[in-house]
Amino acid sequence: MFSLPDDSNDFILKKRALRRQLLSDANSIFVPKRIAILGGSTTHEFKDCLELYLLECGIKADFYQSEFDKYYEDSVFSNSELNAFDPELVILFISVANIKCWPGVRNSKEEVEQIASAEIKRYRTCWDKLFDRFSCPIVQNNFELPSYRILGNADCTDHRGGVRFVNTLNNKMAEEAGSSSGIYIHDLCYDAACYGLDRWHDRAAWHSYKLAFKIEATPFVAKSMANQISALFGRTRKCLVLDLDNTIWGGVIGDDGLGGIRLGPETAEGAAYIEFQQYIYQLHERGVLLAVCSKNENHNALSGLRHPEGVIRPENFACIIANWESKSDNIKKIAQSLNIGLDSLVFVDDNPVERDIVRKFNPQVVVPEVGDRVEEYRMKIDRAGYFDTLSVLDEDVNRTRMYIENSKREVLAGSFDSYDDYLASLQMEAEIAPFREEYYDRIHQLINKTNQFNLTSKRCSREDVVGWSLDPEKITIFARLADKFGDNGLTSVVIANIKGVVATVDLWLMSCRVIKRGLEFAMMEVLLRECNDRGLIELRATYKKSQKNIMVQNLLKDLGFSLQLKHEVGDTDWRLLISDEIRPPIHKIKVNP
Amino acid sequence: MKSKIIEPIEGIFREVFDDPNLKISEKTHSADVPGWDSLAHMSLVTSIERHFGIRFALGELQDLKNVGEMMALIEKKQ
Repeated sequence: MFSLPDDSNDFILKKRALRRQLLSDANSIFVPKRIAILGGSTTHEFKDCLELYLLECGIKADFYQSEFDKYYEDSVFSNSELNAFDPELVILFISVANIKCWPGVRNSKEEVEQIASAEIKRYRTCWDKLFDRFSCPIVQNNFELPSYRILGNADCTDHRGGVRFVNTLNNKMAEEAGSSSGIYIHDLCYDAACYGLDRWHDRAAWHSYKLAFKIEATPFVAKSMANQISALFGRTRKCLVLDLDNTIWGGVIGDDGLGGIRLGPETAEGAAYIEFQQYIYQLHERGVLLAVCSKNENHNALSGLRHPEGVIRPENFACIIANWESKSDNIKKIAQSLNIGLDSLVFVDDNPVERDIVRKFNPQVVVPEVGDRVEEYRMKIDRAGYFDTLSVLDEDVNRTRMYIENSKREVLAGSFDSYDDYLASLQMEAEIAPFREEYYDRIHQLINKTNQFNLTSKRCSREDVVGWSLDPEKITIFARLADKFGDNGLTSVVIANIKGVVATVDLWLMSCRVIKRGLEFAMMEVLLRECNDRGLIELRATYKKSQKNIMVQNLLKDLGFSLQLKHEVGDTDWRLLISDEIRPPIHKIKVNP
Repeated sequence: MKSKIIEPIEGIFREVFDDPNLKISEKTHSADVPGWDSLAHMSLVTSIERHFGIRFALGELQDLKNVGEMMALIEKKQ
């Protein structure tokens, strides 16, 4: 797979050829996107560089560019060319050069506050007007620090100082963006700091070409923004695959033994590995999946991961593969076991030969040139922005846990001769009970988002859920399922309407997370008992065919119902006579222990 | 002397315009090269500055619209 050069000078010199090469890569599939760049400076060079980095991420962008410094006019007033372009993303490419009004030495604190608010309000207006017209996400630069300080060091503390003013604007902008949806701040301030402020500010480039910063910094900024845009369009990586020896500890565990590897604060090398492990642990905590791909005996790999000074533990990994097979094959296995694409993986290995092999045989996997200096791994992975994210949700943190638990279940399933033995080994326990107030929100959410395992695809409001729970003519049942790997939470719901001595199933659904565990049989058992207790003699149910619920077309048959009627549209009516002879369906779940 | 520096300049032009057969001479003017716009000019100037280890002054940049003038300036600054 073709990759872009790291050297920014090469990048600028050769960008036409690079573009040609990226577009001619036969293996690439590009998603088209229309992106409007509304700039406070000349943005052509930036556009060229951004285009290349987006191509590298699989996005083929069409661009609209505002005239120089017409970002405000294009945002706020109707512009037929921009309207016709109909952007799917707008970039407000501004910089410190676009700050309209700076505090003066005679301004009071209150006046400076007003100046700052007015400055931010201008962008707020741009966002609102753009959103009204295009309803698309907006990426907005914040401000880099100025190139000089009229008050010297006091510039960052005095309310009239330029440095303090920029910091204030950036904080205000972050708050303003945080309180609205669809606005994403591009941290130009951090870009400039990384690049080095004295290298960044180039007054000749401003006066000659109206460039916001040194032309050589452009690829760096474009790369950073491309990562953000990739995240916006859901194209960032999900999983960090790690080698072990000389990657997350110093030395070779198989040769040096647990006591011989370098990991811990006593030595500079050991401390640097700890620092790298801490970084990996932080990635794990915010929702990046971890995997091991190492040439090692499995028991040695695990003992290294349990090193007393270590930070990441075996249980933090969604998948651990340590054997003597080729890494390119093992990486495929990792992707399979986690059920994610190879293009979701980042592979880190100190060994250049292994890196090359993986690049060659798994071109979708990204393999950074981390070198062989552990103290540089963190920065190299971080700057590449593989795991750039828009924000961190609770779901992200839980998702990791569920992946890890599910992949453990899969590994376990592979080790049993029969699926029933596997299910028995999971030691499943379920709480199956009538709806309760604490679960109304979750039940409402589940009813409205479950598509596949859903008998009738009925949707409802939260008020409906409350009403049904209190209605004596309804049977409501929810199920929570846990097993030895963890709690899956509330994942299934059944509702039936009672009329006379007949109950009709109105709704039966289950989250895909717990499919094929026999939970539907455990619920049936509870439903039958409930019907019996109420003296009912018949259960009726209809399978209502939808675009997505083929999965449950035989559910009622499996539950013991008999077919009554087939409708032309594919719906089927079923019934079941309730008597003492009915044997409850077999499952491996301990119900309400 | 002049023939010595035209070679790397031609190399830079070929890279920037992505044309391995592009020929330039002292007489080449911006109007003679398709795509030599202000944006390409920026790339040319940046790459030439880097290659020869020189910086053009602000006042010099506007007039650099033909190769002969570029060469004269480069020689003066080297």
